Amino acid sequence: MAPTTCFNCKEARAVIIRPKNRHKLCRACFIEVFETEVHETIIGTNLFFPGERIAIGASGGKDSTVLAAVLKTLNERYNYGLDLCLLSIDEGIRGYRDDSLETVKRNAVQYDMPLTIVGYGELYGWTMDQVVEQIGKKGNCTYCGVFRRQALDRGAARLDIQHVVTGHNADDVAETVMMNLLRGDLPRLSRGTSIVTASGGSDIKRSKPLKYAYEKEIVLYAHHRQLDYFTTECIYSPEAFRGSARTLVKDLEKIRPSSILDIVKSGEDMAALVPRDPAAAEEENTGGCGSQNGRTSGGEMAAMEKQLTENETAEAHETEIQLPQKNTKNTIKNPKAVKSQTLGHCERCGYISSQRVCKACTLLEGLNRNRPKTAIEVGMEDEEGSSTLMRQMERTQLTNS
Amino acid sequence: MAHSTNDGAAATISITVEFTGGLEILFSNERKHNITLPARLDDASQPTIAYLLQHLVDNLMKDDRKELFIMEDNVRPGILVLINDADWELEGEENYELQQGDNIVFVSTLHGG
Repeated sequence: MAPTTCFNCKEARAVIIRPKNRHKLCRACFIEVFETEVHETIIGTNLFFPGERIAIGASGGKDSTVLAAVLKTLNERYNYGLDLCLLSIDEGIRGYRDDSLETVKRNAVQYDMPLTIVGYGELYGWTMDQVVEQIGKKGNCTYCGVFRRQALDRGAARLDIQHVVTGHNADDVAETVMMNLLRGDLPRLSRGTSIVTASGGSDIKRSKPLKYAYEKEIVLYAHHRQLDYFTTECIYSPEAFRGSARTLVKDLEKIRPSSILDIVKSGEDMAALVPRDPAAAEEENTGGCGSQNGRTSGGEMAAMEKQLTENETAEAHETEIQLPQKNTKNTIKNPKAVKSQTLGHCERCGYISSQRVCKACTLLEGLNRNRPKTAIEVGMEDEEGSSTLMRQMERTQLTNS
Repeated sequence: MAHSTNDGAAATISITVEFTGGLEILFSNERKHNITLPARLDDASQPTIAYLLQHLVDNLMKDDRKELFIMEDNVRPGILVLINDADWELEGEENYELQQGDNIVFVSTLHGG
């Protein structure tokens, strides 16, 4: 078969078919187009300001490694004037995180960025190895997710940095949209699609510059630039990457590759109809293990109940909210604008929380008391609810032809 | 068997196969494998990617979780296949006929980042 030539330069051999438009590109053109699109996302959403200090949430995996590489490239090419550094969380999982942290340490040298590692051990007095030793493997992702969210914020605060970027990609966002749609979880649907999330009480802003980048292209970008990334799955969640929403998205991509971005766009449009709920900001899953996206077991069902009531009130605003497209993007939630639930600070650790005691402290209390089951009581029911949904989704899997 | 149709019974081609993105755990944690295949199959056709997939599952894959690599006789969605660094879609996917010295890469995109 004669080699296909690049759609862009019409010279070199094409090695990529872009999922979003089926363009066939050579290696050099692909890398350039990929970077340019991330640049356009950054510029189009006014994501950064000159001189801003940015912590890149780095796990050593493909997404955050590509994010670091692309941001470094763009920062130099377009003179963003950003001060970039790497922030890693050490969950304390031997044979997994210690290996991936070695990758991050190499990345720090390769990209010439300072690296800070914040450990669960030092923050909470419990590593994930110790947590699992106590509670077993079942449900340990709940602890890990809750701890990680705070850990990134605390790490950034320690560095006096107000903006953390994470490697969430279009597939992650599409997966979250599907998940939350099937669950009917409107608040989370809204949060998951916006490029920037900032929770009221916390002054740390979160964003995902790769939200329009296909996972496939991220992997190919890493491959063709020969980036150094880590690929072993978490030993405590070996089946996590078989998640049903993930499978559904991948099956859809196989049938029609553009469907991933279509889902992201639909999610954004639907999110525009969802009234804001700042209290739920605490629930946001900050990822790190990609596959866990949109699958945190939090108080989502309880929040849902309340949200449904609020939706009725919000219906009046619907046409108004629909109008400007940009409402969905770059929206910083302002808790003062909304009534009902007040965001305060955890009375133990001072972290932003809608409860008297934040979820991490509640989990810790259980661990420290050696009675974890009582501590996660709030989450138990929800977890069950969502696993039922997961099972139902299992059946909705599409068969690919 | 119709071995009489073979030009030379011993004629083989060798290719390299790489597993990355976490797939290596399914293949004895080895990233790179040298594979030797018959140059002609019993029906005189050349071995294809489809043939290679079956060969890998039958001979190389020690892990029982075949469904993490193969689904419905094809590569599981979410796993990229590169033929000499090009997306296999550009080369005819599973019908691509393997050539001496080819490099085939399987990359899983399914792991966290």
